[in-house]
Amino acid sequence: MIDRLQELGREALEEIKQADSVKALESVRVKYLGKKGPITEVLRGMGQLSEEERPKVGQKANDVREEIKEKLEEKTEQLEKAAIDEKLKAESIDITLPGREVKQGARHPLTAVVEEIEDIFVGLGFQVTKGPEVETDQYNFEKLNLPAEHPARDMQDSFYVTTDMLLRTQTSPVQARTMETFEGQGPVKIVCPGKVYRRDDDDATHSHQFMQIEGLYVDKNVQMSDLKGVLEAFVQKYFGADRSIRLRPSFFPFTEPSVEVDVSCGICGGKGCRVCKYSGWIEVLGAGMIHPNVLEMSGFDPEIYTGFAFGMGVERFAMLKYGIDDIRHFYTNDIRFLNQFKRA
Amino acid sequence: MLVSYQWLKNYVDIEDLSAEDAAERLTRGGVEVDMLHNRTEGVEHVVVGYVEECSPHPEADKLSVCVVDTKSAKRTIVCGASNIRAGQKVVTAEPGAVLPGGIEITTTTLRGQESQGMICSLQELGVEQKLVAKEYQDGIYVLPDDAEVGADAVAEIGLRDTVLELDLTPNRPDCLSMLGVAYEMAALLDRDVIHPDTAHKESAEHASDHVSVQVDVPKDNPFYGVKVVKNIVVGPSPQWMQNRLTAAGIRPISNVVDITNYVLLEYGQPLHAFDLDRLGSSEILVRRAGEGEEMTTLDGETRTLSSEHMVITNGKEPVALAGVMGGASSEVQDDTTAVLLEAAYFQPARVRKASRQTGIRSESSIRFEKGIDSGRVEEAAERAASLLETYAGGEVLQGSVEVDHRPAENKKIETSAGQLNGLLGMNLSEDDMLSIFRRLRLPASAEKGGIKVEVPTRRPDLEREVDLAEEAARLYGYEYIPTTLPSGVTTPGFLTDRQRRERHMRRFLESAGLNEALTYTLTSREHSSRLQLHTLPGKVDVSLPMSEERSTMRTSLLPQLLDTVQYNRNRQINDAALFELGSIFIGEPGGTLTKQPQEKTVLAAAVTGWWDTHLWQGEKKKADFFVIKGILEGLFNELGVASEVAFVRSSQAELHPGRSADIYLNGTYAGFTGQLHPSVEKEWDLKEAYVFQLDMDLILSYDAVSVFYETVPRYPAVTRDIALVVDNDVPAGKVERVIREAGGSLLHDISLFDVYQGENLSAGKKSLAFSLVYLDPDRTLTDEEVSRAHDNVLKRLEEEVSAELRK
Ligand SMILES: [Zn+2]
Repeated sequence: MIDRLQELGREALEEIKQADSVKALESVRVKYLGKKGPITEVLRGMGQLSEEERPKVGQKANDVREEIKEKLEEKTEQLEKAAIDEKLKAESIDITLPGREVKQGARHPLTAVVEEIEDIFVGLGFQVTKGPEVETDQYNFEKLNLPAEHPARDMQDSFYVTTDMLLRTQTSPVQARTMETFEGQGPVKIVCPGKVYRRDDDDATHSHQFMQIEGLYVDKNVQMSDLKGVLEAFVQKYFGADRSIRLRPSFFPFTEPSVEVDVSCGICGGKGCRVCKYSGWIEVLGAGMIHPNVLEMSGFDPEIYTGFAFGMGVERFAMLKYGIDDIRHFYTNDIRFLNQFKRA
Repeated sequence: MLVSYQWLKNYVDIEDLSAEDAAERLTRGGVEVDMLHNRTEGVEHVVVGYVEECSPHPEADKLSVCVVDTKSAKRTIVCGASNIRAGQKVVTAEPGAVLPGGIEITTTTLRGQESQGMICSLQELGVEQKLVAKEYQDGIYVLPDDAEVGADAVAEIGLRDTVLELDLTPNRPDCLSMLGVAYEMAALLDRDVIHPDTAHKESAEHASDHVSVQVDVPKDNPFYGVKVVKNIVVGPSPQWMQNRLTAAGIRPISNVVDITNYVLLEYGQPLHAFDLDRLGSSEILVRRAGEGEEMTTLDGETRTLSSEHMVITNGKEPVALAGVMGGASSEVQDDTTAVLLEAAYFQPARVRKASRQTGIRSESSIRFEKGIDSGRVEEAAERAASLLETYAGGEVLQGSVEVDHRPAENKKIETSAGQLNGLLGMNLSEDDMLSIFRRLRLPASAEKGGIKVEVPTRRPDLEREVDLAEEAARLYGYEYIPTTLPSGVTTPGFLTDRQRRERHMRRFLESAGLNEALTYTLTSREHSSRLQLHTLPGKVDVSLPMSEERSTMRTSLLPQLLDTVQYNRNRQINDAALFELGSIFIGEPGGTLTKQPQEKTVLAAAVTGWWDTHLWQGEKKKADFFVIKGILEGLFNELGVASEVAFVRSSQAELHPGRSADIYLNGTYAGFTGQLHPSVEKEWDLKEAYVFQLDMDLILSYDAVSVFYETVPRYPAVTRDIALVVDNDVPAGKVERVIREAGGSLLHDISLFDVYQGENLSAGKKSLAFSLVYLDPDRTLTDEEVSRAHDNVLKRLEEEVSAELRK
């Protein structure tokens, strides 16, 4: 009987080996281990055996069963893994195909520049204020120390809408408007971004409409050295910590002394290149100490208060930052242009 | 102002500085040199030649064959100029010479005749045609007889020079003269200023024997003076003078005119020479013009004047428009022998008015408008007299006839080293300050702990202490101002709520896939009536537009946004999603503004073409109404007003009547959205474009629903789906509202998941399928409770919209 069991075991293992599916294995299991299977059949004939042989045969039958079970499990696992592998293989894709685009629009480069500059000045304790684009002659000129016959009015031919109202030629009127709201009490620390208009023909470097940011700092004991310090802090934040500034004398009716502010060229490091016209410096800001007449007209006592003001062209900052060579791009809104500023 | 470097050397010693160095010093000091023009850079081997022989070309009428001695050789040169003669000294470009623009001269053959070089005109040496004296305009230039044969002709004419082009700020009219620039240069370098020679003889006869002067308008004309010069011979002015005039951009005319222009450039003092015999009287009367009074100016134009203009008259008629231009009747001509030389100070505003109204901008008016040195008038007149004596053979009569109303004393400014240092944040000593004022030739003295500075008439821009601070800073050098931070109170910097919400809005639209555009505020009249947010009471026109395209302020952002879409379509970019945030301008009825126009902040967007594509997976979806509505819903959610917004079918005529909506915020009109009407699409050459425009002043002023945490549900929700059959014209929004109201507090969420029309439904019906989520945050709902609520929903749906459950 033991031989018979042994033979059954061999047969079963051979069938397991041949099985190529989970289903086939199941029929092997039923065939050999089921209640009507050959091993059970053999065990039924145990009654004819002697007392000594019975346990031996029982033991053998168990061993054979265990072995079949073990092999079945092993083979099942093998087949299942193969099946999964097969399935995964079939599911394989070309991972070099392009992913699904996440829609993302671009910030206009001028907005990007304005927001960055606003943020720097907010960090320096400034607030952001705005004013009307159609201004009165009084705020656009007179309160900025440009009386009716002042020769500097020639510098900025303007678009009038009535005899005493015009499209503002500068963001400076916001200075006067904001100062008035402070009723002669400092400190005043503001930056004012906005659109301005001048009678220029549009070309690569001129635009009848452009953007400026005006800044103003009024308090007791403000000195020209403070203007230098604040602008240096700003320039280093915007252009980079390795940059320096240089002041050159200039003229604006609403500041005295007035200066142009140059930043050292970041391309050549000051040695001179095409971008800085071989001077090592790039003009970026106009600035100065607020003219006492302007303080007075806006309700501040120039004997007590002094202050500085500065102004910059947003297009110029954007052109320098992104290497744009034609100011008209900003207002043409070619989508191929705009798309380049998604990271701006 | 154009400044000849060689000429400038006459007034200040700058021998040790190159033109480039001089320019750099001026620029750093605040007088900006915009550009340097080397008048004859690279011109070589152009020498003085003597025309020994000159005979007609045998083969060509208009050519001459000349033998020219250039010292190094005798050359045969063919010349086409009609004014070539034997015995002339001429500008000769020898073979191998280089002319402006890199033109190389070689030996050539002209009509069978070899030509060994070229005889040059001034134009060929790079002088602008309009600056060449009349006698040389159509021919070669003829050098004076004493020119040395073989010498560098360019140097001989004085064209080896560099011109500094100044970009002057309006506060420095003093630099509109050679002397003014010399004062500036001298201050920067701490050197002396050399004044020109004004010496001349005077005859026994007095100027006052010939003319009297009366000024009726002393405010407009604080000083008027005349000198008389007789026995003048009108002819060309000397070469060096012509050359300096052309360097400054002025064309030589004749000795008399050139001298007045020369002194104008030297002193910044405009002068005028009247032909004494043509004046028509022996009196000068300065007065305002009468309304409609006429005069013919030098340029031959007849001008109609007004009482705003000041004129110089001969007692009866105007002979000059004061400070602007002389009259034709008394113009100096070739036969003039006696001149009346006017040197006056006219008020800037008066001259500016006349210049503006007549459109004449002369060298003279430019200077009067900006303000000349009222203290230098007489010296300039004497200088001109001296030059007329030397170069026009004139006899200067004794004295001048003058009417003088100028203030007797110069302005004085009191300050102190401490005050100036306080403004600048510097630490200069009183001596440093005094030394700076000395260099600037501003008489200054230390008095009682302060400094008193007298301001010469040369510098009318210096008015108060801060002006002196600027002088001190720019002469000492801005690089020596230290770098400090303000010592005052620290205040917090921040963006206002509105500014932050505007930024959120931009960020949202960007991440929704829209690009931000910026278009011009000025637009055409045609555009200004299109796609308006409201019917506006009026618009804002520009008084003198540069073009019809930019003649009025926009009343809507959409027309130009659509222009932008069209611009891109014309460049094969058919998919566009753009937004713009900006102002529209609202005028008054009737078109006249009585106050500043209302500026309303508006947000607009335009979307067209493919919206969502993933082509290789076969997905593409066009922009449609629900794309743009989705953007708006997201935006309102971002701004915290979503629960207050309603979309109502729009009657905007420029939108598709079936695919457009007006937007209301808590019952107030806030904008519109939808597809453009096909006729509008056609105008802009667009296909299916969707737009919106919103009143952001309204929306951003609305209090946002604040963010407040709600417990995350701990009990399970129960979902019931229903498919309803309703009439086609029942809006889904209405069905949803009925469900929401009927569902009560247990109805937690509701979403539409299917809309169906067609087969299996009777005509005029549609099916809407909703998913309803019931939830009680405090406990698990029983089936019974849900059913009760749900049955109520179905009942109300049947009552209010005749909805049936779809079988
Ligand atoms: Zn550089």
